[in-house]
Amino acid sequence: MKKLSKIYLGLVLFFLYVPIFVLIVFSFNTTKSRTVMSGFTFDWYIKLFRNEIIMESLWNTIIIAVIASITATILGTAAAIGINNMKKVPKAIVMNITNFPIINPEIVTGVSLMLLFVFFAARMNFEFGFWTLLIAHITFSVPYVILNVMPKFRQMDPFLYEAAQDLGCNSRQAFFKVVLPEIMPGVLSGFMMSFTFSLDDFIISYFTSGSDSQTLPVTIYSMTRRKVSPEINALSTIIFLVVVIVLVLKNVIERKSENNKVKVKGEKV
Amino acid sequence: MAVLMCGSMFTGCSSETDAVEEEEETEVQTLTVADEEYYKRFYDDGISINVYNWGEYISDGSDEGTLNVNAEFTKLTGIKVNYTNYATNEELYAKLKGGGASYDIIIPSDYMISRMIKEEMILPLDMNNIPNYKYIGEAYKNQAFDPENEYSVPYFWGTVGIIYDTTLIEEENIDWDILWNEDYADRILMFDNPRDAFAIAELRLGYSLNTEDEKELEAAAELLKEQKKVVQAYVMDEIFDKMGAGEALIAPYYAGDAVTLMAEYEDLGFVIPESGTNLFIDGICIPKGAKQKEAAEMYINFLCEPDIAYSNTYYVGYSTPNTAAYEMLDEETKNDGISYLPDEYLMSNTTVFRNLSDEANQKMQDLWTELKSTQDQTKNKWIVPVFMLACVILSITILIMRYIKKKKDIF
Amino acid sequence: MKNKLIAAPYLVWMVVFILVPLIMVGYFAFTDKEGNFTLDYVADVAQYSQIFVRSIWLAAIATVICLVISYPLAYILTGFSKNTQSTMLMIVMLPMWMNFLLRTYAWMTMLGNNGIINTILGFIGLGPFKMLNTEGAVVLGMVYNYLPYMILPIYSVMVKIDKSVIEAASDLGCNPWKTILRVVFPLSLPGVMSGITMVFVPAISTFIISRMLGGGGNLLIGDLIEMQFLGNAYNVNLGAAISLVLMVIILLIMTIMNQFDNDDGAVLL
Repeated sequence: MKKLSKIYLGLVLFFLYVPIFVLIVFSFNTTKSRTVMSGFTFDWYIKLFRNEIIMESLWNTIIIAVIASITATILGTAAAIGINNMKKVPKAIVMNITNFPIINPEIVTGVSLMLLFVFFAARMNFEFGFWTLLIAHITFSVPYVILNVMPKFRQMDPFLYEAAQDLGCNSRQAFFKVVLPEIMPGVLSGFMMSFTFSLDDFIISYFTSGSDSQTLPVTIYSMTRRKVSPEINALSTIIFLVVVIVLVLKNVIERKSENNKVKVKGEKV
Repeated sequence: MAVLMCGSMFTGCSSETDAVEEEEETEVQTLTVADEEYYKRFYDDGISINVYNWGEYISDGSDEGTLNVNAEFTKLTGIKVNYTNYATNEELYAKLKGGGASYDIIIPSDYMISRMIKEEMILPLDMNNIPNYKYIGEAYKNQAFDPENEYSVPYFWGTVGIIYDTTLIEEENIDWDILWNEDYADRILMFDNPRDAFAIAELRLGYSLNTEDEKELEAAAELLKEQKKVVQAYVMDEIFDKMGAGEALIAPYYAGDAVTLMAEYEDLGFVIPESGTNLFIDGICIPKGAKQKEAAEMYINFLCEPDIAYSNTYYVGYSTPNTAAYEMLDEETKNDGISYLPDEYLMSNTTVFRNLSDEANQKMQDLWTELKSTQDQTKNKWIVPVFMLACVILSITILIMRYIKKKKDIF
Repeated sequence: MKNKLIAAPYLVWMVVFILVPLIMVGYFAFTDKEGNFTLDYVADVAQYSQIFVRSIWLAAIATVICLVISYPLAYILTGFSKNTQSTMLMIVMLPMWMNFLLRTYAWMTMLGNNGIINTILGFIGLGPFKMLNTEGAVVLGMVYNYLPYMILPIYSVMVKIDKSVIEAASDLGCNPWKTILRVVFPLSLPGVMSGITMVFVPAISTFIISRMLGGGGNLLIGDLIEMQFLGNAYNVNLGAAISLVLMVIILLIMTIMNQFDNDDGAVLL
């Protein structure tokens, strides 16, 4: 049983990783062939870094992801506080609408935003580009922030805030010193989620991007539709490495802080 | 106004504007423009233009020795170029019609130009800003799609033919029917846009490429449906990849791309069927709503610079309508029998697409969607409504059952 | 803290960018090009029922395959020690952080007639098989891309199952299989349900996977919608009508899924 389950796990991992490793291996190929390795080279990486379109869209992607996730986090956290204080029925209505972009197929969200932007673009004389992308990214990110923050309120002691005020905090102090630290894990994970979703989003960006400010996934899509150059493999390799490094770091930090917590608790006892 | 020195083709001339990054072994093309003043007008204004072009349709300097056209333009004029791609004329039309995105330069083909003129989607050009228009060959002016040359400046022209793998296909006299040949089942690619795909069927049936007759369109669709069994995939520029990697053996495509492919893969051949084909001219236009019309005209003029036009035709492989650039080509290219064909053939065997009526366009579109979605299954239009109804009933039943259960629990 | 107004910015945002766009989809679906009310486009959707059926069918197959692969995997994962679990989970989820276009592209290069799989099979004297540009390739692409969405919810529910319950079952004479079937499975049902929706919804509405791996001859709903907005067809009203029908189908499926889930739906999201 133990052995069998290890084999099974191995097979699934093989299935998940083989395509990625094939991409990586052929990013070092001297020719464009994807079946025969004819030599080792870094040429495609050099070409990739010289490719202005890719570099520019990478820059756009990062800027949009940063602004969108910060805005979404602030907007979403504030919203979660307010929604938490609502009565049952309005709360249910708001939460249902908030869930919509999550449940809805991305293509429908993208299309609906496109229709909205087209409608206003014609009347208010603006055009698709950076701002439409940003708005779209904030829109699909906020619900994730709210959904991450809301449960933290449920776990929090409802009297904590009042206790802080009784002890002489004004409401701002009470919020920043008492409430915020309590909900911080939810805020952070909401921020991380919206950041990664924003970095990775293709479908919604595809429908809301304009003549400038393409994001990286949109550029990748147009790359796969043309003469494909192994630059795309090089790009995959770099993205993969970045992901590995970030995730490993995250894991290490989390584990350390957990160990610390255990230690602190141990000392207290 | 603009007296142009003919560009010195390969290194030798070294004026200050020529600074192209040198790569030691290869000869590097340099750019010379006569009227530099003209290009400096917006130099310090920090403006940018949005160019929407076909994929693989401009020299990006990746072929050694050629110019990176957009980078050169920015260097010369200080105008930034936002460059994006589309794959078909219809995609371009949808993006413009959808509104929102504003472009300063688009490059539609003949029939799409006339459609856009008709629907007032493109602006008349101020030819005073495009002195290099004089380089455009007479044969490409006054075409039916833009009789007064008011709206477009020809960018490239070409024909449609068949790219095939010469090592595995030994047939002689290749004609359009090879795309239906079952011996090559699953190794045949096909156009992924209705107009080009229907044209091939119409050529086989002997119809006009501009037919609006419903019966004829249906017959063409029927023929394409028959072809679907042997088609591996419907593609546009993916063809570079699939033909290059030997995934497919036969594909109809544009002559210019065939030239590019054949330069890279010796095994590939290209034939323009005797029975006739489509001749297309892609024109540079400025869409309505362009924010920088004058800068866009400057860009058009820049594309007509002999050096630039040469660099483009060298990289892209399509046939240039620019006479000065044509002169720069070597004899081999001029006589390759692909890019530049004898006038008699062009006159007698090729047809230029005209814009179809809205009804015919719609009909073609419907037939196309049907073709792409049908499979050898029986069609039943009730399935979805019935499925949805079943879902509703199921979910109501469950709701009721839960309600009953809840009540039971209470008591 | 008790202030509901703090949610106001989000509520405005929600109405403008979530609610209004959805209403616009409905508006376009029920009007013609001149803006007059019509049922034509919604009725026209019936004409594409074959595409709907195929999308539902392929998405359903992909979902079932994902479930079959993920369930044992999640169970195996819960068997590891706590630290190993989080590491293993990270390894399983890691490919998901790569851009999905790149992952799909990887399969495109591997499945081809001259791709690496057929080359390897060729050495053994098999093939070449036609794999790319088939429905099978589309399903494979769906499974590969959305597998982690199935693993994660199942795992997170399973890990919470009290081990003593399982021990009790085996003490009471259940064999391991019976324990899984009678105890573990019912308890993990909420995870399974949310896994199913998380795989099914994106799978039914994808247009990239079918385009890259299906060869353009296997249109799915997503392709059809994309064609109406940015592709060859250009018919916004029809596109909106198709989106509307797709949305209704998915909402129905979600309601049904929700019925099986006896929690208040919190796990689902």
